[in-house]
Amino acid sequence: MNHFLRRQGWVSGLFALLIVLFIVTKLIQPGYGSGDFGSLARAVLPYAFAVAAQTVVVIAGGIDLSVAAMMALTSVTAASMMAGASEEYALFVVPFVLAMGFVLGALNGLLIVVTRVPDIVVTLAMLFVLQGAALLVLGAPGGAAAEWLKAMISGTVPIPGLPDAIDAWLPKALLVLIVCLCVIWVPLRRSRLGLSIYAIGSSELAAFRSGVPVARTRIIAYALSGLFAAMGGLALTMSTGIGAPIPGPYLLASVAAVVLGGVALGGGKGGLLGPIVAVFVLRLVRTDLTLLAIDPNVTAIIEGLIMVAVVMFGAFITMRGRQ
Amino acid sequence: MTTSPLLDATGVAKNYGAVAALRNASLSVLPGEVHALMGANGAGKSTLVKILTGAISANAGRILIRGEARDIRSPAAARRAGLLPVYQEPSLIPDLDVLSNLRLTGTPVEPFRAWVRELGIADLDLRDSARDIPLAVLRVLDLARALAVEPDVLLLDEMTAALPANLAEKVLEVVRRQGDAGRAVIFISHRFVEIAALCDRATVLRDGETVGVVDIVPGVEEEIVELMLGTRIEKAKVAARSVSEKAASAPARPRITVKNLRVGIKLSDVSFDLADGEVAGVVALEGQGQDELFAALAGSIRPSGGTIEVDGQAVKFSHPIDAIRSGIAYVPGDRSEALAMQRSVRENIALPFSAALRNWGPIHMRKERATVQSAIQRLQIDTRAQGEVQRLSGGNQQKVTIARWIAADARTILCFDPTRGIDVGTKQEIYKLLRELAGHGKSVLFYTSELEEVQRVCDRVIVIFGGRLVDIFRVEEADESALMRAAYGLPRGAKADIGILADPQSPSSGTTP
Amino acid sequence: MSTSAITPVPLGRRLKRFMADRPLVPLIILLVILVVILQILRPGIVNERWIANTIKFAIPLAILAGCQTMTMLTGGIDLSVGTVATMSAFIMATQIVSQDPAVAFLLAMMPAVLIGLVNGIGVGVFRVHPLIMTLGTSLIGTGCLQVYQRTVIASGAKIPDFLAWLGTGVTYGFPNALLLFVPLAALIVFTLARTGFGRLLYAVGDNERATRLSGVQYWQVITALYVTSSMLAGITGLLYIGLIKAPSLSLAEPLVLPSVAAAVIGGTSIFGGRGGYTGTIIGALILTVLTTLLTILQMPEGARRILFGLIVLFVTAAYLRIVEER
Repeated sequence: MNHFLRRQGWVSGLFALLIVLFIVTKLIQPGYGSGDFGSLARAVLPYAFAVAAQTVVVIAGGIDLSVAAMMALTSVTAASMMAGASEEYALFVVPFVLAMGFVLGALNGLLIVVTRVPDIVVTLAMLFVLQGAALLVLGAPGGAAAEWLKAMISGTVPIPGLPDAIDAWLPKALLVLIVCLCVIWVPLRRSRLGLSIYAIGSSELAAFRSGVPVARTRIIAYALSGLFAAMGGLALTMSTGIGAPIPGPYLLASVAAVVLGGVALGGGKGGLLGPIVAVFVLRLVRTDLTLLAIDPNVTAIIEGLIMVAVVMFGAFITMRGRQ
Repeated sequence: MTTSPLLDATGVAKNYGAVAALRNASLSVLPGEVHALMGANGAGKSTLVKILTGAISANAGRILIRGEARDIRSPAAARRAGLLPVYQEPSLIPDLDVLSNLRLTGTPVEPFRAWVRELGIADLDLRDSARDIPLAVLRVLDLARALAVEPDVLLLDEMTAALPANLAEKVLEVVRRQGDAGRAVIFISHRFVEIAALCDRATVLRDGETVGVVDIVPGVEEEIVELMLGTRIEKAKVAARSVSEKAASAPARPRITVKNLRVGIKLSDVSFDLADGEVAGVVALEGQGQDELFAALAGSIRPSGGTIEVDGQAVKFSHPIDAIRSGIAYVPGDRSEALAMQRSVRENIALPFSAALRNWGPIHMRKERATVQSAIQRLQIDTRAQGEVQRLSGGNQQKVTIARWIAADARTILCFDPTRGIDVGTKQEIYKLLRELAGHGKSVLFYTSELEEVQRVCDRVIVIFGGRLVDIFRVEEADESALMRAAYGLPRGAKADIGILADPQSPSSGTTP
Repeated sequence: MSTSAITPVPLGRRLKRFMADRPLVPLIILLVILVVILQILRPGIVNERWIANTIKFAIPLAILAGCQTMTMLTGGIDLSVGTVATMSAFIMATQIVSQDPAVAFLLAMMPAVLIGLVNGIGVGVFRVHPLIMTLGTSLIGTGCLQVYQRTVIASGAKIPDFLAWLGTGVTYGFPNALLLFVPLAALIVFTLARTGFGRLLYAVGDNERATRLSGVQYWQVITALYVTSSMLAGITGLLYIGLIKAPSLSLAEPLVLPSVAAAVIGGTSIFGGRGGYTGTIIGALILTVLTTLLTILQMPEGARRILFGLIVLFVTAAYLRIVEER
């Protein structure tokens, strides 16, 4: 019971922080409006999927260092397939890329299970492999994205009967994010498979003894991670219109948001909501720093400091709780 | 024997690399029987249990369930075959609540609830995380979860270990009824009392082989011990120590004085002395504050009130190193808490030497080897597998944890249930060792969950109940029934009949000041 | 219990057990195989100059992998070594223009000590996961370096002659860098095997609670460890700038993941408590030879990375198989 309260407390705290940050943003830049919020949602999108990918494996007691590389590979694959192709062809590209992410993720899990090499090492090796594959697919940033895909995350959702003023605060990107995550996460969380993922993260031995198919569950967790990463890759292509073979800063960001979101590295605890809110918090901090016209390099330092401070604070709290 | 066995395992063998954990084990369990599985540590009991429950697979052997050959490859398969274990360590998922744990294993909730009530746990919130539930209750929940799916064969590994007496009684009662209901129970225990009261037959393992199957009849203990050890062992005689001998060695100033010690809500107002050359026993039911007492004395937790004096000086411990500097060493009950399992026996014993900053430099290897060797010899540790402590048997591991502090020459040793789950021979050696230590002027504080050990080892016994020190006995007065009574919080001289099988719900009725 | 010792052991099992008892043997065999393949592909390439060159490039990697070995023994990892090495190198190259070499050296080592200290306190006192902590400090470090770069952009940079001599020079066929590396490696090996500090690294990684009960103060060990690791990384940076001779803001960054890989290939358990530095050195050599091999095969960058990843995975898996036979 205690634990449950603590977790919910953490997420509500994050929400409060997010609201405070919005207020701060509004104070810094009185003109901050729905359009800016829309671009924030678009900027958050790839990060959010990266974080979702990381969250699933962290809950299952693992870590996935290949998240960013997986996004790069899926992004360049999608971009190069769509280059010069018809709009309809993209209807095939999207499921293909998602399936690719799922299979490559499952491969991560399979390698961990079969070789029994620690997950850090396997996903580190996969990081090299996927990066290499991305470079083979596209040597330099390029490719294209179907127009309807790009349109999917720009603009707002017109909801009939709602005044435009509110409508404007519902960017499509946010909707895409919520729909994609909910379609997978909500049924999963309630299923026996979801419980199994928490179980193997919490105590592998106890899970095994409770009859949980540990190996299969782990593979599925990594496969889901791959699926989320593929969504992230697609989101990258959708927002930039091209694919870039060099992975962005998504690995570190995903780990930071997972920790900030109240998911214990080590597994078994937390949910998806916290890390997603955490991504918004981290992005909004960046926005604020930019609005304050701070040197981007200094911004990087501040971001790093915030991340480290948050992680230290979180660790300190859990340490206190344990005593 | 006209009925065919429910479970029939023959010729089971298991090798770990070059080491044979099981060579030729067999076990046959009839419907309606409670069958004890016995053997000294390292005999292969746990390996056999793991094989039967699908946790590991055997290299050879045949397992028939209801006469059908079954290949049990996983715990899930064992479950389907009607074999359910309750392991020594609880197997509920710590971060899930009880309800989710039930859902995970496909356990029906209502029967589970009924069993939980039956087993004497009245107030269980199914929404509690397993992490927040005390160990003893977790084990009972594990049992209830197994019972709820009505298994044909129930495997109980040291089920009553770590259980307070009232829960243990309930558990034993339920187990007995399982047998009556035509199902079978495989019961692993070191406690003859329970086995005598409960079991119909016993299978005895030695060195990975089944060496005998005996019917449990009065007086069979000798035979079983003989089978387990392979040689006749003299039943250890209770060493009665004369009062005068003790008085002579008792110094004027106590080694440790605890005054009004308080730790949160777990322990309050505990005061006692510990003298040099003394073994003081601590007796308590599970979770009465003894863990906190030991942790506070060992410097693992900070007391919230009261004082601890060492050699007349008040001390405040904020880290175990402070206690160690005062010559107080702690041997935890759980060996995996004390040992670096992948490291060698030598490194484990020498570990405290390197702890302090000033000892981080080069190690004097020859000197260290000599110190470690003498400790190993003194405890007669079997060092055939000394490269990694994890390959030693449980008894030898426990010896290493004690040897460490002998080598470090600690003046006071806090032993928390050091004989839990280890074989009879090693137990005897540990008793002897503790007495020897006292003979050399060391002091020992010794918590035990087995009351008979008090007579063998202690000079005095401290009884804790509900976080308070309720009585201090001299060893001559500390017979098991007196201790049991005190452990239940009853005053001395009360004539309530509190035996192991008495109803724990009505102890207060016997309270007469 | 071990009666099965009497029964005859099949050759395969015996071979495995031999390798398990001497974990270095399979590594050396692998190294030799790689060199032989190289020699077959380019007959005559394996000569004195090539060997000196390979060792030269393997040394910085080996020292950084030493950082990983020591931190991994405690169950940690130090991903800030790349940033630390880069910072030291960059500060040295820019400060030597205007400062006395000794002052420049001290200035160059300062961020190393500082980052190590922050890592150590974060991991040891606040109990932050080492992966996160070191990634975070490396992010901060990189940011600081970028800001620093602006302030010195006008004054230019140069590589001190001594470092160039140490990094690239070869005397009697032996790279001068060995003058630094041999004592350093000996010191690390000795520390791990024969000092109290080394013992504690293994013990802490194996079972932290046990060390606490034995009176070990975790934060002391961890802080000392990460400061040591960072200082080693700083020294590597100085050596590496002498070898590469072009200060940049991502100088040693490409060495980070290979340094982890080298320690892993060398048989150090990423979960702590098991491993050693000699294996790591051979691991670094293997990776360096492998890089040469892939360059010679003229593989596209992408294919090279793929192969590199696969080999890391394969070697670790194979190594695990052999060790598990014990």
